Amino acid sequence: MRLELRGITKRYGALVANDAIDLTVEPGQIHALLGENGAGKTTLMNVLYGLTQPDDGEILADGQPITLRSPKDAIRVGLGMVHQHFMLVPVFTVAENVTLGAERSRGLGLLDRRGMRREVRELSERYGLRVDPDALIEELPVGVQQRVEIIKALVREAQVLILDEPTSVLTPGETNELFTIMRQLRADGRSIIFISHKLREVQEIADVITVIRRGQVMGQRPPSATDEELAALMVGRKVVLQVSKSPAAPGEVVLAVEGLSVPDDRGQLAVDGVSFSVRGGEILGVAGVQGNGQTELCEALMGLRPVSAGSVRLAGRDITAQTPRQRIRAGVGYIPEDRQADGLIADFSVADNMILDVYDRPPYAKGLALDLAASRANAIARVAQFDVRTTSVDTPAGTLSGGNQQKVILAREFGRDLQLLLACQPTRGLDVGSIEFVHRRIISERDQGVAVVIISAELDEVYALADRIAVMYEGRITGFRPPSVPVEELGMLMAGAVPTEAGPTEAGAGPARTDPAENETPEHTNNDSAQNDQSAGESA
Amino acid sequence: MSDEPGAPESPVSPESPVSPESPVPPAEPPADPAGTQAGDGRRPRLGRLLIESIVEGNSVVVTILAIVAAIVVGGLLIAFTDPTVLNAWGTFFAAPGHAIARAWDSAAGAYIAMFEGSIFNPHTVSAIFQQKSLGVAFSDGTVSQVFNPLSETAVNATPLIFAGLSVALAFRAGLFNIGAQSQFIGGALLCTWLGFGVSLPPVIHVVVCVLGAFVGGAVIGWLVGFLKATTGAHEVIVTIMLNYVLADFLAWILGTSGMQRPGRSDLVSPLIAGDAHLPLLLGSHLRVNAGFLLALACAAGVWWLLNRSTIGFEFRSVGANPSAARSAGMSVPRSWILVMLIAGGLAGLASSAVVQGTDFTLTFQSYGTYGIDAITVALLGRARPLGVVLAALLFGALHAGGIAMQASTSTPLTITTVIQSLVVLFVAAPPLVRGIFRLHKATARGAGQSLAKGWNG
Repeated sequence: MRLELRGITKRYGALVANDAIDLTVEPGQIHALLGENGAGKTTLMNVLYGLTQPDDGEILADGQPITLRSPKDAIRVGLGMVHQHFMLVPVFTVAENVTLGAERSRGLGLLDRRGMRREVRELSERYGLRVDPDALIEELPVGVQQRVEIIKALVREAQVLILDEPTSVLTPGETNELFTIMRQLRADGRSIIFISHKLREVQEIADVITVIRRGQVMGQRPPSATDEELAALMVGRKVVLQVSKSPAAPGEVVLAVEGLSVPDDRGQLAVDGVSFSVRGGEILGVAGVQGNGQTELCEALMGLRPVSAGSVRLAGRDITAQTPRQRIRAGVGYIPEDRQADGLIADFSVADNMILDVYDRPPYAKGLALDLAASRANAIARVAQFDVRTTSVDTPAGTLSGGNQQKVILAREFGRDLQLLLACQPTRGLDVGSIEFVHRRIISERDQGVAVVIISAELDEVYALADRIAVMYEGRITGFRPPSVPVEELGMLMAGAVPTEAGPTEAGAGPARTDPAENETPEHTNNDSAQNDQSAGESA
Repeated sequence: MSDEPGAPESPVSPESPVSPESPVPPAEPPADPAGTQAGDGRRPRLGRLLIESIVEGNSVVVTILAIVAAIVVGGLLIAFTDPTVLNAWGTFFAAPGHAIARAWDSAAGAYIAMFEGSIFNPHTVSAIFQQKSLGVAFSDGTVSQVFNPLSETAVNATPLIFAGLSVALAFRAGLFNIGAQSQFIGGALLCTWLGFGVSLPPVIHVVVCVLGAFVGGAVIGWLVGFLKATTGAHEVIVTIMLNYVLADFLAWILGTSGMQRPGRSDLVSPLIAGDAHLPLLLGSHLRVNAGFLLALACAAGVWWLLNRSTIGFEFRSVGANPSAARSAGMSVPRSWILVMLIAGGLAGLASSAVVQGTDFTLTFQSYGTYGIDAITVALLGRARPLGVVLAALLFGALHAGGIAMQASTSTPLTITTVIQSLVVLFVAAPPLVRGIFRLHKATARGAGQSLAKGWNG
């Protein structure tokens, strides 16, 4: 099926989410839709899948205009969608999920279970999906669940498959499997709209790449287009990494982690015998593909997740068994990964959120009574200091933009005397202005002698902030590197390849380095090199 | 890879160009807030959604209109269940005005009786002037009769305020306390036993019994919180089950020699000592007692606790976002235990209002429907102390008026229950009320939500 979008426009109030978007998907084509978070990709796909109605424009299937009022219409014309968050019933089997909403019966209202299972098995074999029709969804890994979603679309005879950020939940191996499946679907004459913000994946799999920025099509490129070209289209300008930080002046060891093992929710070891230490005035960047134990590590360091082995020492004191509150009192600052789930209370005012972990201490508490005036005064001062854009300190924090919510958290955490700062994905989902602000603040905390652990899936962020980089893979630290390490080497470590010449040693920060000129990432100034030498010297 | 060592001012990182670390050029507007918010959007649990819609969802206007709608529908029910009205409908085409007038008379009569029974009855004023002198009027209680409807409303509202506060407080900490009944019974047992089994000086006896009621309820509430905190047992199931356990325990213990009134074969405790009675406020002819003042004081106390104390800050945090509360160092299980302890105590105090205030004894059904009504009151009062007091007063008035209505018209008392249920129905369905009264919802929030849903490309 040849799918054509003409002049699709969707407005939300003053915001134009899609601005006259034209897009043509040929049969048997993998068409990538590339854009930053918030560029309007998902809105466009929601329009295409009948979830929202466009304000303007038309959709044509094989040259015929079609109207899509609901996903039902979309399914009927042969569109299938795999959402970012799967729409599966966890306690049902694969076959049951696949047929949900498209049940067939054998008369008398009996479900044709055997037919359902056979169909799943056939599709599974035909496209190499390797899905057991009788498996329960909740027992399947995420990658397989995604394939179940694909089968769901195929059962409904989808000619055009929409995959919304399909790789965001996958491991590299699962991503490769998905790509194989996508190629087989393409060979079968089906087309795929592949939504992503990851350049490399798009270049690998797509036939055509359409770049969207701020709701507009910025251009179409073949997959042979260079990274620079695509990135420039995506963000609208050349990406410049500027690090304005002075050399680190590492002091005493503040955080010492020894053989730490942390089980995840299912009881499997997410963090497996990790050891490292961080000095005051030093930023340790933990890099790695998401889901390799970084989240669990961070939660364990904060006392939010029980550890099964190992110890955590803060300035020499064993805090392995301490509660989050005891750690907060001891000077641990925490920027959680999911700010809306763990960092803020959306219904609470900005002022209340700013005392969320100090509400029971003076000056905010007098005995059992809260001192609202003190809390208000504090909030007003911090809102000014951290440039939080809010109408007042009484505004519910949930109504602020992501960047301003993060500033509220920073204002709260940096308002205390910190020894250690744990920052988990501190800039996820923020606009560039906010990212820069957050980075500057974190560096200024470091300069005041705070030990900082940054956990980030964004390599740029790790490069920009870290004085030392640790790479996590499958719960282990595969290596420590200075920030001058080439991207390729980090990539190998992130994929689990442990280079023979440098094992995961704590002192990996310096000895590998010889010449400042080998600093291949030009965004790092000589300052960084100097500081690396210094820290290497100290740790030696 | 694609890094350009020769051009350090403009390299493009191949890894993740989506989040450049560079500062925004001044000319470029910041990224839209909706886009950043949407990425973190979470779907709240159903329970949380329910709490939110109860606590935040309804405006005062909607609540008042829900009451109006309930009264109108209740009036129709009264009119159309009245046999004389139904007969009049039989002759509708002969005399249409007659049927409508009869229907109006029936509903209006019932509501007037209800009003007279709960707020003010003009006949009681005229009765004063039929007395020989004002002095006689005072001494024989004719003057008191003027205030009797209000007194009855207050008396009926008192246990509802306590129990409603209990449910509301737990609500705010994210817990559904369906067990006000079991906590009421726990409090009543201790309160009654202290009332008849112990002899103490007058004032002290009252205080000890009231404290006993609090402690008895608090123990049952604590058990619920403790079980949730240590084993994860869901409070809804535990409280519902405890309702049965305590009700049966009450029936059993009232049959034992220690608790059964000597010489009686039915399940009723001995009368509590006279010096354990809650003091009457307005003379011997009116039942309104110190329990009402205590209830109002508790409402103020709960307000302070929730809005002005560190414990309440913790309760509200745990209720609004337990995960963030935990990350901020609060102990969620500790909050659960503490809030259930206090909520249980408040429900226990409701039993003090009944045992020490009006009944002076305990029967196997003293707990009545307070447990369920408390949920209704908390719901109608939007889980806020002042709202709970107002809602309890409304229900107290409906009940006091309902008794008067049943006495003076043929309308059954159950109609008040119907009206109560209708109020809750309308309150629980704000879109319905908005539809009936053609109100427009404040659209800002709604638009924001659809924005967040659709805009995360």
